[in-house]
Amino acid sequence: MMIEVLDTDTCTDCNLCVQVCPTNVFQAQPEGPPLIKRQDACQTCFMCELYCPVDALYVEPDADAVHGLTVEGVHERQLFGSYRKAIGWHKDTRHRRLIDDHFRLPQ
Amino acid sequence: MNVPLQGLDETTVAAVEIACDVLVIGGGPAGCWAALEAASIGAKVVLVDKGYCGSSGATASAGTQIWYVPPDPAEREVAMASREAMGGYLSERSWMVPVLDKTFESVNRLADWGYPFPRNDNGEEQRISVQGPEYMRLMRRRVKNAGITILDHHPATQLLTLEGRVVGAGGLRRQAGGHWLVKAGAVVLAAGGCAFMSKALGCDVLTGDGYLMGAEVGAELSGMEFSSAYAISPAFASVTKTALYRFAQFYRKDHSLIEGAGSARGRSIIARTLLSEPVFARLDLAGTDEVKAILRRAQPNFFVPFDRRDIDPFTDFFEVKLRLEGTVRGTGGLRLTGLDCSTTVPGLYAAGDNATREPICGGFTGGGSHNAAWAIATGAFAGAAAAAYSLQRVSATDFGPACIALPDTKGIDPAEIIKAVQDEVFPLDINYFRTHSALLASLKRLDALWENVGRATALNEDHSLNLRQAQAMLATARFMYRAALSRTETRGMHRREDYPTQNPDQHHRLILSGLDHIAVRQEAVDPGAYKEAAE
Ligand SMILES: Cc1cc2nc3c(=O)[nH]c(=O)nc-3n(C[C@H](O)[C@H](O)[C@H](O)COP(=O)(O)OP(=O)(O)OC[C@H]3O[C@@H](n4cnc5c(N)ncnc54)[C@H](O)[C@@H]3O)c2cc1C
Ligand code: SF4
Ligand code: SF4
Repeated sequence: MMIEVLDTDTCTDCNLCVQVCPTNVFQAQPEGPPLIKRQDACQTCFMCELYCPVDALYVEPDADAVHGLTVEGVHERQLFGSYRKAIGWHKDTRHRRLIDDHFRLPQ
Repeated sequence: MNVPLQGLDETTVAAVEIACDVLVIGGGPAGCWAALEAASIGAKVVLVDKGYCGSSGATASAGTQIWYVPPDPAEREVAMASREAMGGYLSERSWMVPVLDKTFESVNRLADWGYPFPRNDNGEEQRISVQGPEYMRLMRRRVKNAGITILDHHPATQLLTLEGRVVGAGGLRRQAGGHWLVKAGAVVLAAGGCAFMSKALGCDVLTGDGYLMGAEVGAELSGMEFSSAYAISPAFASVTKTALYRFAQFYRKDHSLIEGAGSARGRSIIARTLLSEPVFARLDLAGTDEVKAILRRAQPNFFVPFDRRDIDPFTDFFEVKLRLEGTVRGTGGLRLTGLDCSTTVPGLYAAGDNATREPICGGFTGGGSHNAAWAIATGAFAGAAAAAYSLQRVSATDFGPACIALPDTKGIDPAEIIKAVQDEVFPLDINYFRTHSALLASLKRLDALWENVGRATALNEDHSLNLRQAQAMLATARFMYRAALSRTETRGMHRREDYPTQNPDQHHRLILSGLDHIAVRQEAVDPGAYKEAAE
């Protein structure tokens, strides 16, 4: 369901995801990466992904069912960090912060 | 002075206890603008959020178009006139003018602060829309830099009153454990609306807590019948960004076109079809690759679910559903007594979705923009007024030591209550297509539930936030259906199947008060200058 994958190999234990998750899904640990503790409380808002500095998180869009994704699968499809890149929050995509084309939408 | 406070129990001492001039509850746009405005007048401000100020709430993950209109008389006239008919003439120009002014001024400040607004081909900044994560990250930064204390994961659960005034609030420390208590000269409720944990984008923190806390201390509500906002989302995801569905057509399972179905005017046809069969969509009206690229650049979050499923929404059919957004994109909330955003309770102010938006959009918000402007403007108005009120009182927070209610056991499972409330508010044939008989039956069940759990306390600390949220959703559902039963006509988004037309005799607002017994009264509206539109 929803937040599905935390790549414990790349995670730096910074606990930013624990802080920013609005519904308190993660739980910080005395040592090591946080746990996805309350997966059913995930609202699929993608905020943790945006704030994770090393693209170690992946949120599956389905809010109602678990899909059993793996770190390898998400890597293979190059989906880690994809939303962060799309909105210009990745250091290589900064220019995208300025692309809000609402004003160009045909009326 | 050592007077017993209402809302407290002598049993638990709070782990965190702070005194300040203004307490802001909720750190979405309304709360942030309120906090900034109060601090700029010299008030000591504390802002608490259930989640995290900057990522929590509807705006942070969804992003919004904004009712940003330059102060050109002709443009303003068009802007004000555009929604009056749709909203059932329950809005007032005496509110629209200051809200438009304040929004224009505040969005321009965002630009000064470095918000990355895009530019058109002439190099002019376009300020009609903000990306949620970007906007709210900037707002948090401004709030923090203004010296405001931010307490994340500190949901408020109750207001404190002293001799009829609101003097602070208490709540839970969701991550750190224990309770918090803030004594304040004035409180701004900016805890958002209620989407009943439908998982609509960013909305699960929005459980009507601010309505319940307000009603508990005697504040009134208005417009709660305008609470049937359902958003389109892919069936496999909860991204309820709907603006781009105006480029979609809607189909049956066999791919035959559903005539008249559409995102704006034809949403009821989608709803009606969903009562009996699944509905599919395809953004086949987007046309050229150039337009498709514009759509992608305008709303990156809309495309996230599709990209993750390898679905091309421009060419593939995908199943859609309607997800309840309740009052988040409805218009009901706490009633404001004037432009200072005060409620009827001294010391209590409300802003954003926590307050009724009828003053600027009547009974309908539709394609957004007004909500964002409302949050910005009322946030600023409420923050300024709360600070002024608090600063003019001497030692407003001098009421001695205080304690907070310790939950004790009644053996109630909050998840069961939440499910029971959702079963009453999600179904389209109760909440979207409203009738006297279905509303009445539903309200009876909700009232019975309230008798059992309205005053219940939680089994343990883990449960207490959930129980509080369940109670708030239950109270909100009862407000909604109480008002919906009283409005025996169709107006704004409130659609009565048994009264399908607008009735001129009901051109008034419905004001609610009370909790165990909810009273309804009517309030006259003066919409100001408007042209009678041909309906
Ligand atoms: C998908 C979507 C798209 C939208 N698009 C548009 C648009 O284009 N234009 C537009 O004008 N509007 C739009 N809206 C509506 C708009 O997002 C809201 O009107 C706006 O977010 C209201 O701001 P707010 O500050 O009142 O509430 P929110 O932004 O919802 O913030 C409320 C805050 O209060 C906190 N909170 C809740 N309960 C408590 C508690 N008990 N204690 C402490 N804190 C609490 C929450 O965690 C949250 O941070 C959209 C909404 C959605 C869901
Ligand atoms: S997607 Fe949102 S709700 Fe889910 S874990 Fe991430 S931040 Fe939390
Ligand atoms: S934000 Fe990313 S790096 Fe930091 S703890 Fe969470 S998963 Fe690990």
